[in-house]
Order: sequence, then C-alpha cells, then structure tokens
Amino acid sequence: MFFTKNLASKIALLPMIIISLTVFVGCIIYSFVYSLTGSKLIPAFSYVGFKQYERLFKSRKWDVAVENIFIYGVVFTVGCLIIGFLLAVLIDQKIRGESLFRTIFLYPYAMSFVVTGLVWKWVLNPTFGLEHSMHLWGFEWFQLDWLVNRELAIYAVCIAAVWQGAGFVMVLMLAGLRGIDEDIWKSLSIEGVPKWKSYLFVILPMIRPMVVTSLVLIAAGVVKVYDLILALTSGGPGYATTTPAMYVMENFFSRANLGQAFAASIIMFLSVVCILAPWAFYEFYYRSKEAKA
Amino acid sequence: MKKFISILFSLLLPLSFTSASKADGHMEAEVIHWWVSGGEQAAISKFAEAWQDMGGTWVDTAITGGENARGTTVNRIIGGNPPTAAQFNISKQFADLVEQGLLQSLEEVASAEGWRDFIYPPELIETCEYNGEFYCVPVNIHSSQWMWINNEVFEKVGVPKPNTIQDFIAVAPQIQEAGYIPLALGGQPWQEGLMFGVIASSTLGFPHMAKLYRDKDVDAFRDGKFELVLQTYRDMNKFIDEGAPGRLWNDATAMVVEGKAAVQIMGDWARGEFAVAGQEAKVDYDCVIPGNEKYVSLGGDVFVFPKNDDPKVKDIQLKMASMMVNPTVQAKFNNAKGSLPMRLDVDTSAADACMQMGLELIQQPSAIMRESDDWNSPAFTNAWDDIISEFRNDPSYAISAAMDDLEDVLTSDL
Repeated sequence: MFFTKNLASKIALLPMIIISLTVFVGCIIYSFVYSLTGSKLIPAFSYVGFKQYERLFKSRKWDVAVENIFIYGVVFTVGCLIIGFLLAVLIDQKIRGESLFRTIFLYPYAMSFVVTGLVWKWVLNPTFGLEHSMHLWGFEWFQLDWLVNRELAIYAVCIAAVWQGAGFVMVLMLAGLRGIDEDIWKSLSIEGVPKWKSYLFVILPMIRPMVVTSLVLIAAGVVKVYDLILALTSGGPGYATTTPAMYVMENFFSRANLGQAFAASIIMFLSVVCILAPWAFYEFYYRSKEAKA
Repeated sequence: MKKFISILFSLLLPLSFTSASKADGHMEAEVIHWWVSGGEQAAISKFAEAWQDMGGTWVDTAITGGENARGTTVNRIIGGNPPTAAQFNISKQFADLVEQGLLQSLEEVASAEGWRDFIYPPELIETCEYNGEFYCVPVNIHSSQWMWINNEVFEKVGVPKPNTIQDFIAVAPQIQEAGYIPLALGGQPWQEGLMFGVIASSTLGFPHMAKLYRDKDVDAFRDGKFELVLQTYRDMNKFIDEGAPGRLWNDATAMVVEGKAAVQIMGDWARGEFAVAGQEAKVDYDCVIPGNEKYVSLGGDVFVFPKNDDPKVKDIQLKMASMMVNPTVQAKFNNAKGSLPMRLDVDTSAADACMQMGLELIQQPSAIMRESDDWNSPAFTNAWDDIISEFRNDPSYAISAAMDDLEDVLTSDL
C-alpha cells in the first residue's frame, strides 16, 4: 500500500534519491576510505592508517586555516546582521528616495565574490589603492595596510564579505519591519517608549523569523568561502588568510596530494555535522514532539 | 492509461541525458597546455603549424594556469577521455601517471630515432625515463637562476651592479635611499620559493643542494650553512615594498622595466617582458646569474601522451612526439618561446645576449643544476615552499623553528 500510493511521483523522485545517495553518502564514504591511503596524484589504495590526519593536525597551515574560518565566521555573520539591521531601520524611517538606497545597498549582493574580491584588492592595495590616493591628496599619515599585514588581512577579507552580504540581510530585515502592524507603533508612541528601545526590545523579537532566516543563509556561506579569498588575497600574505576549503583544493589539484585533501575534507565535513546536529535534532525531533504534545 | 504514460515517462526521463559520441577525424590530436600569453601562443602555434604540415588536425585546448591544465589532464585521463598529448613540467608531476600505467610509452620512436644520443643535457633523459622507457618529450629548458637589473637605476644611484646576492645586499640600502625599490618581488609562494632557491644555490652551490633535495641528507642540512641562507633570505625583506603580497611575477618585472625597482630575481621567462617593452639585453637591462659559480637550472616543459583505448591513437601520438623533437621545429618553437632547446644541433642565431649566456652555460655539464621538483613530488616542494613563504612573511618565525619544520618535510615521505 505504502509503495503503490503516488507510484508515479515516487518513481519520478527515484533518480533524485539515487543521485543524492550515491553523490552524498557514496562520496563521503569514498573520501573517508581514500583518506586512509597515501594517494598522491591518483586515488590509489595504499593503506597508511590515520597518518594523513596526523599530518593534517601537525600542519601549521591547517591551524591557520581553521583559526581563519572561525574569525571569518563570527565577524562576517555578526557584521552582516548588525549592519544589515541598522540599514533596514534607517531605510524604514520613510525616507525620500528609498528605492534608490535599497538598490545601492543591495547591489553588491548581485556581484560575484570574484568581482568583490578584485574590487577590494585594488581599494586596499597600499601601492595604488586608497592609501596611495590619500597620500597624493596630502594626507601622509593615512595608513591602510590591512591587506598586506598578516595579522589584519583576514579582517580585510571580512570587510569585503560584509560589504557584499549586509545589503541582502537589509532586504530581509526590511521586509520584516514592513510587516509590523501600524497599531504596534501607535501604542509604543502612546506609551512614550524611545524609538531605539522599541526597535531593540519590541520590534526585533517580532521579526525573529527574519533574523533566523538571515543567519542561516549567511552562515551557510561561511564554510564554503573560497572564491572571495582566492580573488582578494590568494591566501596570502604567506598563508595568513588561507581557509580549510582552500587547503583542500590546493591538495587536490596543485599539490597532487589526494590523501591529505580527503582527510582535510572529512574533517571539514565532521565539523559541519557537529554544528548542524544539535540544530537538526531540535528542528526534526524536539519540534515534532512539541507539536504532538 | 494516463497513469501508465506518466510512469513510463518518469522512467525514461533520466535516460534522456546521454552524451553523443564524438567522431574521430584523421590524425586528429587534442593537446592540453597552459601557454596562453602572447609569446607562448606564438610558440605553441609553431607546433600546431608543423603538425598541420604533416597533414594532421590540431585541436588546441589551452587552459590558463599550469595547475588547472594539469588538473584537467588528470581528470580526463581518469574519466576515460584522455587528450592526445598534455603538457607537464620537467619534474615528478606525472610520475604517478606512469606508475599507474596510464601513459603511452614512447620507447618505439625514441630508440628508432636515437633520442638518447641527441637529447641534451642527459639529465632530461632521466626525467622522462621510467624503467628504461621514454614516457615524455622534453621540449624546452627554462632556468630560474636569474637576476634582472635595470641599468639606468644603477647608473643614477651610482653603485656597481651586483654579481652575487651579497653584492646586492651591500648596495641595496643606497638604492633605497635614492628613492627606488631595491627588489621587486611578487609575494606568492612560488615566487618566494624561486627567490629562496636562487639564494640557496648561489650560497651553497649545486652539489650541496643535491645532497638536500635528492639525498635528503639531514647531516648536510644541519651543518650550519642553511641557517645562513635563511638569514640572507630574511635580510632581503628590508628591500621589498609593501605592495608585494599577491603580486604577479610580470607585474614585478614591469617595476624593473619601468625603473621603479632596481632588481628582480626571476626565471628566464622574464626576458619576454623586457622584449615586449622594446628594451634591449645588456643595453637597457642586464641579466646576471648571481653567485660566484654560475648555474643554469633545468626547468621547462614536457609533453606526455596518455594511453588511449583506440589503437589508432598510439600511432598519432608517436608521430607527434617525433615532430616535437625535430630540430627545425625545435628551432622555431624555442626562438618564439625564448627558451633553450633540448638538443644542441638547433639553430639559435636569433638568441639575444642573455639567452646566449644560458646557451653557453648549458654546454658545461658542471654548470647544470637540477631543481627540487625534478626529484620530489609536488606535495614535497609545496610543503617546503609553504614554510619558506611563511618564514619570510612572519618575522616571529624563528630560524630554529623553520629549520625544524623544514627537517620534518625533508624526512617525510611526501
């Protein structure tokens, strides 16, 4: 009975199910198996145990990559949410030329990360970018060497990323703000609540679904950040701005070190699972129990 | 009935994504390479023209970036759709392909034409030979041990042109004071690694380098000289401008061409940039192989021929391999490329003054130097370059720590 119900749609979905299983589950198993080998240019079954993982955790470069993804993750998500929300609030003040500003703020999001990376690479380049122009205008004290400073380069990457992502968050938040009933504003003004307090303590909790949506959408972009950094710094100076995804790609292609690349991608996968598992548990298990109760 | 049709349709849907098979032309050869700049295109077209003269069809698959091109080649070989020929560097990059039996042996044509007698220097034979059979065709030699000098800058500052790295370090502060950037560097790991290699070989000499890179001799590594190389390398940092990180090599060359910077350490391919700018060797710019002993390193390119299920392809591949070593084709190709040919009986009268230096040096067997990647896997050379790059960029990275990390790489099985 279960199988014959909606048979046509089930058969139509079958290729998708097979592809998902082989591509996702199959490839994860394949990656894990070959991460236990000494594969170089071509996958070869030469078992070496957990040596690739040992090498991975001893690598200075991997440490830097993991640290960077944490810095990037926190600064990028928090930065986008705060700036996006502020922009949305400012636009919500029934200003003139609203659609013009909306377009301007959202425009960066329409660009690819590669373009964003190149633009900011030129702006932040100390020899011909903003610093150079400021020097030419007579502001000799001006210094903006983030991109070539190994301590600050990852923050330069964050700036470029926030510049691109904030407009998108703004649009989502603005949609939320526009959904707020006029009566709520009226009662807030009757009560004499200051505007900033109304936004922070009343309106923000009301648009919680928008905040969560924004968070999920931009957080999903964190782990896979690759093209932006490749265009902006190529992982430099040295390897100060490298990320786990870059480490994997490098070992896959230019370094012909497949075993190491597989080991690194398995660790990437496991860390994503560790972050997502509690959330998935909450969504699919806890909530359905809540609904039944 | 309607339900039956919908079930039938859903079953057929996935089958509609089948690829059309490609038709085989006569003597059709697809070549994957990464020669995309103007001069490089001119060079590869010499091969294409020679091939067409033989009645073949040349299918050009140019892919920007050596890493991308090699990645494509490997993916296509594994995916069962190999190209006829593919470019690699003179190195161990394709060793795995040979060991897995994925490349066509060229022994038939190599022994028939006597490649072992004319390929020069003989180190190139070693690169291509696995188990006594030829698996690649060396096409050119590029050496990386060069210092490119803007003559005008040195004249204006009034300091002598350097002959060694130490000479350069001695005069660089004066160049800096005069308002020029002493050293143009592109801060990418491979460029930093190249500069380190030049400092190391000019300080240590090739026999000592071979002990490290070929024999992985830890005692030779720990005899106290390598720390000096690291120190010299770090000293060079003072002479680099702050825009270096991520700069492309040709942008750095342009700084020397335009007279903003005094010197660049880069391979002989930099000569092309001077030529494009209309500058003349030994007049507007000078080329020096730094060090008291002059070496010419054996970098360069080879073509390999992946095995194909179609027996006709082997015949095409052997013909193409033979075409690539032909002295007339070699002369045309290398003059366009600005590289040294892989045999001595080639007409190199078109070579400029700097190229002549290389040609003279390569005829002295003791001056021939091999590079790390000729003995080591890409994983090894990249892990090594990572440490070198990080050492240059991080002033807090102590020499002793770098020595320990380098020893880890040296003793690893990468």
